[in-house]
Amino acid sequence: MATLAGPSRLVGAPIKRREDPRLIQGLSHYVDDIKLVNTLHCTFLRSDYAHAEIKNIYTEAAKNLPGVVTVITGEDIQEKIGSVPCAAEIDGLKIPDHPVLAVGRVRFVGEPVAAVVATDPYIARDALDLIEIEFRELPVVVDMDKAIEPDSPVIYEEFGDNIAFTMPLDAGDVDTAFAEADHVISHRLVNQRLIPIAMEPRGVLAEYLRGEGTLTVRSSTQIPHHLKTFLSILLDFPEQRVRVIAPEVGGAFGSKLNVYAEEAVVAYLAIQLGKPVKWIEKRGENFTSTIHGRDQINYVEIAVNNDGTITGLRAKLLANMGAYYQLLTPIIPVLTYLMIPGAYKIPNIKLELIGVLTNKMATDAYRGAGRPEATYIIERMIDLAAQKLGMDPKIIRFKNFPQPEEFPFEIPTGIVYDSGNYQDTFDKALGMIDYDDLRGQQAERRKRGEYVGIGICTYAEISGFGPSIGVAGGGWESSTVRIERTGKVTVLTGVSPHGQGQETSFAQIIADELGVDIDDIAVIHGDTGRQPQGIGTFGSRATPVGGTAMLVAGRQVKDKMAKLTAHLLEANPDDLVFEDGKIFVQGSPAQAVEFATVAAEAHNAASLPPEIEPGLEATHFFEPEKFTNPFGAHIAIVEVDPATGEIDIERYIAVDDIGHIINPLLVTGQVHGGIAQGLGQALYEGAVYDENGQLLTGSLMDYAVPKATQVPHVENDYTVTPSPANPMGVKGVGETGTIASTACVVNAVVDALSPLGVKDIEMPLTPNRVWQVIQDAKKGVNAL
Amino acid sequence: MIPGSFEYFAPTSVDEALALLKKNGEDAKLLAGGHSLIPTMKLRLAEPEVIVDLNRIGDLKGISESGGTLIIGGLTTHYELETSDLAHQKIPLLPQTAAQIGDVQVRNKGTIGGSLAHADPAADWPAAVLALDAEIKAVGQDGERLIEAADFFEDLYTTALEPDEILTEIHIPIPGENSNGTYLKLPQIASGFALTGVAVLLTQIENVCQNLAVAVTGVSNVPYRAASVESDLRGKVLSAENIAAAAEKAVDGVDDVLEDIHASEAYRRNLAKVYTCRAIESAAV
Repeated sequence: MATLAGPSRLVGAPIKRREDPRLIQGLSHYVDDIKLVNTLHCTFLRSDYAHAEIKNIYTEAAKNLPGVVTVITGEDIQEKIGSVPCAAEIDGLKIPDHPVLAVGRVRFVGEPVAAVVATDPYIARDALDLIEIEFRELPVVVDMDKAIEPDSPVIYEEFGDNIAFTMPLDAGDVDTAFAEADHVISHRLVNQRLIPIAMEPRGVLAEYLRGEGTLTVRSSTQIPHHLKTFLSILLDFPEQRVRVIAPEVGGAFGSKLNVYAEEAVVAYLAIQLGKPVKWIEKRGENFTSTIHGRDQINYVEIAVNNDGTITGLRAKLLANMGAYYQLLTPIIPVLTYLMIPGAYKIPNIKLELIGVLTNKMATDAYRGAGRPEATYIIERMIDLAAQKLGMDPKIIRFKNFPQPEEFPFEIPTGIVYDSGNYQDTFDKALGMIDYDDLRGQQAERRKRGEYVGIGICTYAEISGFGPSIGVAGGGWESSTVRIERTGKVTVLTGVSPHGQGQETSFAQIIADELGVDIDDIAVIHGDTGRQPQGIGTFGSRATPVGGTAMLVAGRQVKDKMAKLTAHLLEANPDDLVFEDGKIFVQGSPAQAVEFATVAAEAHNAASLPPEIEPGLEATHFFEPEKFTNPFGAHIAIVEVDPATGEIDIERYIAVDDIGHIINPLLVTGQVHGGIAQGLGQALYEGAVYDENGQLLTGSLMDYAVPKATQVPHVENDYTVTPSPANPMGVKGVGETGTIASTACVVNAVVDALSPLGVKDIEMPLTPNRVWQVIQDAKKGVNAL
Repeated sequence: MIPGSFEYFAPTSVDEALALLKKNGEDAKLLAGGHSLIPTMKLRLAEPEVIVDLNRIGDLKGISESGGTLIIGGLTTHYELETSDLAHQKIPLLPQTAAQIGDVQVRNKGTIGGSLAHADPAADWPAAVLALDAEIKAVGQDGERLIEAADFFEDLYTTALEPDEILTEIHIPIPGENSNGTYLKLPQIASGFALTGVAVLLTQIENVCQNLAVAVTGVSNVPYRAASVESDLRGKVLSAENIAAAAEKAVDGVDDVLEDIHASEAYRRNLAKVYTCRAIESAAV
């Protein structure tokens, strides 16, 4: 498969992010930085109850507060704004109606009940205190194990139970595999609920121009194009007059891969009031009312033989939906279901995935989205198997990898891994720490009473989302490359970067392709008014899918330029070289024509041959044939303080294979950030609801995200196994770290405590919890 | 987050501030570094009608020495204490404690007086001032008084300060020769407050404990002196065994050990013992 065309000057180089100067200097424009005259300010009254009937809402006092423009409730707008959309299509899926403002009943703490619009945000906030609601409390469902019991209270009477859907899989001959296996290992694994915590909370600024009939919505989103379509549907507003702009977006991690109630309500209010309306999410709202991630209880069994061969896997996966669905809620655990065998050949798999409704905020995509959960399951189980067999966790992994010549490799859930060489990547990681020597050191330190652990995670991922058959709403991407009259290059892309750095990496690709200076290229994104078509940034898709669309569009423009240049130089277009802002016949750089001159010719158009149309612009829609499948090996070395349960990560090694690398600096940044968030799940984070459905970890004082000082130095490297799924051979890197590091660190801590007989610790591994496990182990508890 | 509306005053003298307190009574709140008050106002857990900002009262800032006592203005920031040459020279336990508070932003704005007056049960300063036998100066309409640290903390967020008093200074006797202080804490990872913090002031001669003060924060509703540990070790050789045995008494007599989503009661009891042991060991070196 061809890789990057032309002499690579910038592709592969660690170019510093072009985005950073404006970010560091505070010169960027996030939604709240955009000021429109006469803007009104919206704020939402949210439910304090997890499950209650709304008896009455009294809004008069709020409406009478000077400066308040309007107050609306669910009943006021239920006929006017459609329900929050969910794109999931799953057999037998029960889909609850999800009104943008609660009607008659609230089902989670933080659910919006009313919206206030006022002339300034202070008045709007004061007005919230003047709204009175009479609630009648209803039984609350918070625990998934209990929620699926027949005697549980139900959230939707019409459904009869709290089971949203059940998805079975029976591949191979699982019963025989388990009957014949030397050992069967069973375990309950919990992937706890996480809160994404983007640095910038959500925000919406909507503007309706009555005369023109246009609606412009600025929103902190990952998917401006989908949001445009959904807003037009929800508001019954003509899509051709809607423009959505995602300005600078301060992080998302999947939490803004959505269509939220507030986006529709704010747009509706702007249309009704004829003035711009702004809503900026408060951090507390971000905790309760922006999607959460993970939240699965997994009952898993694996069948393993004495030689370490895993012959079968059985699992019941309970996935917490929350009280309503957001855009992809039921789909996320399906990724866990699909990826459960991880990097291993497991021929016989039987699964039952059960979506469970509870009185909590909806779960949805959070960095890794279903794949960290799958990786956690298989990587913990394989370590439990190794422990049972007394086998080195390195050996059991090598034993079960597919061989490089087996790729493309189909796993029993139907996914076909595009390319891989798991052995070499793992060998590289093991070599970086001299693994066998390290095990010797561990034995020595254990003799001295130290609790030292080595944890491994060898993962396989699915990314580059993806072929449209596998992505709700389409998995293609679109890009336009335009050479301006002055020879400058405008790249328009349908992906919507929000921290990933494609303004840099995409410019590198096009600079090499067209032979122009990177400073002559602008990469424009996040505006449906400028790039008419697109899908967005999620699922590590921007470069493999969006980058490919751009590359092809760039080559189309280049072809046209070559034809025009050939006409000017009386040469063969196939002989032309694009380099350093010039175009010349191979071997004759002295007779070059300036890139800008050709651009001007194309636009002046007076001397174009009849077969060449004026202008230099091409648009390409790229539909990938398949997903990409990054993989890698992470190793953590930890020491546990047995007296306090504190964990010190002494070393962290990451070797990832993401195919070809466009910009190693950006890629390493993604790896670091992903690892930090994965460590967050392993060590610190966990959304805790009490039995009344109140979120106890509703602020940054109680919910710990990893801070710079808590993230270890990461020693990282790569192997390169190109993906056959796209011409650049890239796979995607946005989620590798999150997928690998959680299981890696937990494996290390369990290994550290294994001399005490510890087999597992539930995440997050807070010092308290680790200490408690040590106390229990000393008393003989937790020996599985 | 948007606070309720309030009236704002920025007096330039303590007298002026006292007059504002008298005039507005319970409706008024004093603003120092704002790191406890402002967040609660943003959440509207507190909606004071009047804010009396102390930051323009120059008299409340600074660190000086007078007759064997270090005098610290209530409005002195954690950062100023962390980096004060005088504090490093005379009472290194103070900068050592300051350096472990929150993060850089908190230390730049937060003040020792504000922290003490707020009396968060997991704050760091209470342990240090208790271990150092500090006195806290309160000024009211009727004059001023010195409150011993041991009498200052009464309950959760409750001190011996009267509503119309202002905490102006902290007086700390400079420890004598052969004294060494240590503050060790395990922070609650999200907030940075102490799950357990132990401040120790140890006086030793030839490895024998002459005097010992052990103060524990984060474990109980109020910070406390671990009197059993102190008396157990006094006069004894500072051997690992003796220290460990004494530290086992770190929660003796404490019957209101905190329990929350971050740490169980049993774990806090354990932490108090382990950190007491380690803090004494560290001070004994």
